[in-house]
Amino acid sequence: MPYTLTVSPDFTPDHLSGWYIFNTWLQKTTGEAIHLEIFNSFQAQHEAIRHDEIDLIFANPFDAAMLVREKGFLPLVMAQGRSDEAVIAVSSDSPIIDVTELLPGCRVAVTEDPDVRLMGMIMLEPADLATENVQTHVCDSYVLVAKQLLRGDADVGIFLAEAYDGLSNIIKKQLKMLVRSQIDVIHHALMVGPRLVDRRDELRNTLLAMNNDEKGQDILKNLRFDAWNSVEDADMEFMIDLMDTLNT
Amino acid sequence: MIYDMKPEQVIGDYKEVRLDLFGGISRVCLYTEIETPYPDGKLIVSTTDSSGVITHVNKSFVEMSGYTEDELLNAPHSILRHPDMPPAAFKDLWDTISAGKKWQGYVKNLRKDGGYYWVKATVIPNVRNGVVVGYTSVRRKPSRSKVEACIKLYPTLF
Repeated sequence: MPYTLTVSPDFTPDHLSGWYIFNTWLQKTTGEAIHLEIFNSFQAQHEAIRHDEIDLIFANPFDAAMLVREKGFLPLVMAQGRSDEAVIAVSSDSPIIDVTELLPGCRVAVTEDPDVRLMGMIMLEPADLATENVQTHVCDSYVLVAKQLLRGDADVGIFLAEAYDGLSNIIKKQLKMLVRSQIDVIHHALMVGPRLVDRRDELRNTLLAMNNDEKGQDILKNLRFDAWNSVEDADMEFMIDLMDTLNT
Repeated sequence: MIYDMKPEQVIGDYKEVRLDLFGGISRVCLYTEIETPYPDGKLIVSTTDSSGVITHVNKSFVEMSGYTEDELLNAPHSILRHPDMPPAAFKDLWDTISAGKKWQGYVKNLRKDGGYYWVKATVIPNVRNGVVVGYTSVRRKPSRSKVEACIKLYPTLF
């Protein structure tokens, strides 16, 4: 039975070809059959995790606690220099120039991406806004979050910073960024599940050496970063503690 | 280690008070009325050992406190204790986290230069193999209305 690799569904479709290429490389390098399963929603991915169908996952930090504490996953590596950050933006026509001008009852466009939503809501707290006193509009993608703002269907949007940066210039010109987080310490991590945990050191060493040759560098380029960095158990515990403190 | 504050480190007119801190430490604090606004989008993160001695700080902690990383590491977290903070708040903090629970509150912190900054703080125990090995504290930008409420409430708690 092949192993299963999956990627947190918060990545835009244009990232996915990079993960297919990565998976082909991983199979060749490890000599194992690995199937890349892409889920369209966090719910579908969580369901697969619950049923122990996942062996390797590029996991959202929000899910890391559950993966480590309930499912016996351990961290391998993270993308070098790539922390998860959030952006709060409004339409360029909006009179709002500071988060603190937003009022309770305002309409907040978000995706289901849990860590970005969490970081975004923290940045709305200075305006006394919380999940209980805003109208949340859940969108399927960050492009749709932007569209909600442009159409006037939402007053403020929460974006993954990378997704905001990747919006077309035409859309970005019609938006106004109010805050960009600079948290630095929250990041996705590639994690290994119980069926593959015996090969953790081998997998980690293989991934860490990936940027040493041209082929590996090309594959990493398709994933949009330059190298993997090791994530030790203590690093992961620190991030889980951090997410616990934020999730209140 | 923690030292008495020195006038040459302080910016602006200051008041002086001796504070009794957690763990039997006493410190002369010099404090001014100059507020440093909490920066948008940043989190101040630190960890301590189980006795409250700082073991890790992030860049935002260094920037907002005015201390260097070397000055903060191995110092008690009470290096940030402002005289306007009622001791009852910190008793509640220690009672809560010692019981293995999460604590959250609004805190006025003292900078090295005698100024202050308000934060919304969350502290959680770091449990490893069932044992509390330390604490993680994350501070974020507080709402002004909550700060205003604390400015009225805290003087009544002394």
